[in-house]
Amino acid sequence: MDSRQLYQEMILEHNKKPRNWGLLEQSTHRSEGVNPLCGDHIFLSLRMADDRVEAVGFSGESCAICKASASMMTSLIKGRQRHEAEQMVQEFRDMTTGKLDPAAPHHLGRLTVFAGVRDLPTRVKCAVLPWHTLHAALAGADVTSTE
Amino acid sequence: MSNAVAALSAQEVQAIRQDFPILDLQVNHKPLVFLDNAASSQMPSAVMSRWQHYHSAQHANIHRAVHYLSETATAEYEAARQKVQQFIGAAEAREIIFTSGTTESINLVAHSYGRSTLQAGDEIILTTLEHHSNIVPWQMVAEACGAKIRVVPINDQGEVDVDAYRCLFNAKTRIVGLTHVSNALGTINPVREMVAIAHQHGAVVLVDGAQAAPHLALNVQELDCDFYVFSGHKLCGPTGVGVLYGRAALLEAMPPYKGGGDMILTVTFERTTYAPIPAKFEAGTPAIGAVITLGAALDYLSNIGMNRIAAYEAQLLRCATNRLAAMPGVRLIGTATHKAAVLSFTVDGVHPHDLGSLLNDDGVAIRTGHHCAQPVMQRYGIAATCRASFAFYNTEAEIDVLAESVARVQLLFS
Repeated sequence: MDSRQLYQEMILEHNKKPRNWGLLEQSTHRSEGVNPLCGDHIFLSLRMADDRVEAVGFSGESCAICKASASMMTSLIKGRQRHEAEQMVQEFRDMTTGKLDPAAPHHLGRLTVFAGVRDLPTRVKCAVLPWHTLHAALAGADVTSTE
Repeated sequence: MSNAVAALSAQEVQAIRQDFPILDLQVNHKPLVFLDNAASSQMPSAVMSRWQHYHSAQHANIHRAVHYLSETATAEYEAARQKVQQFIGAAEAREIIFTSGTTESINLVAHSYGRSTLQAGDEIILTTLEHHSNIVPWQMVAEACGAKIRVVPINDQGEVDVDAYRCLFNAKTRIVGLTHVSNALGTINPVREMVAIAHQHGAVVLVDGAQAAPHLALNVQELDCDFYVFSGHKLCGPTGVGVLYGRAALLEAMPPYKGGGDMILTVTFERTTYAPIPAKFEAGTPAIGAVITLGAALDYLSNIGMNRIAAYEAQLLRCATNRLAAMPGVRLIGTATHKAAVLSFTVDGVHPHDLGSLLNDDGVAIRTGHHCAQPVMQRYGIAATCRASFAFYNTEAEIDVLAESVARVQLLFS
């Protein structure tokens, strides 16, 4: 696949104007995600209430794929129950490794825009890093890595 | 020196390109524009043929048997050692040790010379420009010996601050690790001057030549360095082979790094005596075919002439620098007065990894990331750069493709 097909308007727009940008002043869960190979480095903070994502924010320095993935992820999980967020983590991972068919039922909404990374092995980690970081934050881990 | 030498002409470069089958490749239906030569350079047919000929007619283990093939392989292996000696201007062939690459060469010196000479409180000087492979082995040894690492700063252009370097020396300074050419920025360090300063203070100097050997005419005796290291695969040779040059007196005094066959004189369970150099540092069966193939690569480069290669690459660098510097939003990282053909840059609003992926759509291969030189990135306050690195088979037309491709990415992100 031509990587230009991945850089669709939605991804470019979220890269330029990321949603939920900035860490929360009051959070219950935080984690840091690092991709040591390419240098993507993000921070994620969550405020959980009644096992529900009440608020979420992220920051860091990363490529457009990673930043757009984080931006769209944070919009998607806000207000969701923990188990719903965890299910999305699994679905997103499955989609980027080709195990989930974006045409089949899922909970990822417009995040299927990232389905194409499964054909770009060097960029899969960029798209998945925010989700790894979310998983780590929910599990109470401070730092996660794509390696 | 290169000013006195005629650069390769456009016709000569076109003829040279015919020697490299990979340059005919199409990537994403576009002609390959390979600008990642600082990571690894491509191999000409004549060098590939040398590997085939060796395995078709000359292969056996070396330094062992009395049969025809073993004698032939041994002679060819030792002939390659002489080719390396001539290529870098060493005084003697026994000062050339074959290793698996630059990284192993540095580790050999750090663990053999470093561990056997460093004492608690001793100091090692490294520059900010070093590749991780000329940092981490020294950190490991420093930790084991209680030695301290001191770092030479660079200025905004990416040049080593020689006055600051001079001030780092004291009675405890033992070793200097110094890159000849920065892999991340292309800066050519004033090695001869820096070696002289180190020697005034009684320190030995290891020069990392991984990025210099492919681009400059070398003479280790003129540089007066104590150790010089480089890799075969950046010199149009194969992966898995590299070189450690060391002064004979130093190598002779150093303990072996690895034990095994070929590095001994006699072995009993009570006592082993070691072979003289270079065998002392070449335990086990070496990469015989790769060493011989590297010899052919050095012949290939020498036939063209390293001075002519350097002069042509200087033209390419000038062209690329002017072209990219003129583009709004493009920032060059590393603008030293003396540079080899490496161009690091960033593009406003575009992360290097996105740029690298999108350039690949146009068949353009560059490297993006921290280039295993995180201290350099930290110095500039950035996480990563885009790096185009040139070889003598690149052309100004390819620089046009690079610039046009970068402009298209800027448009996409605007």
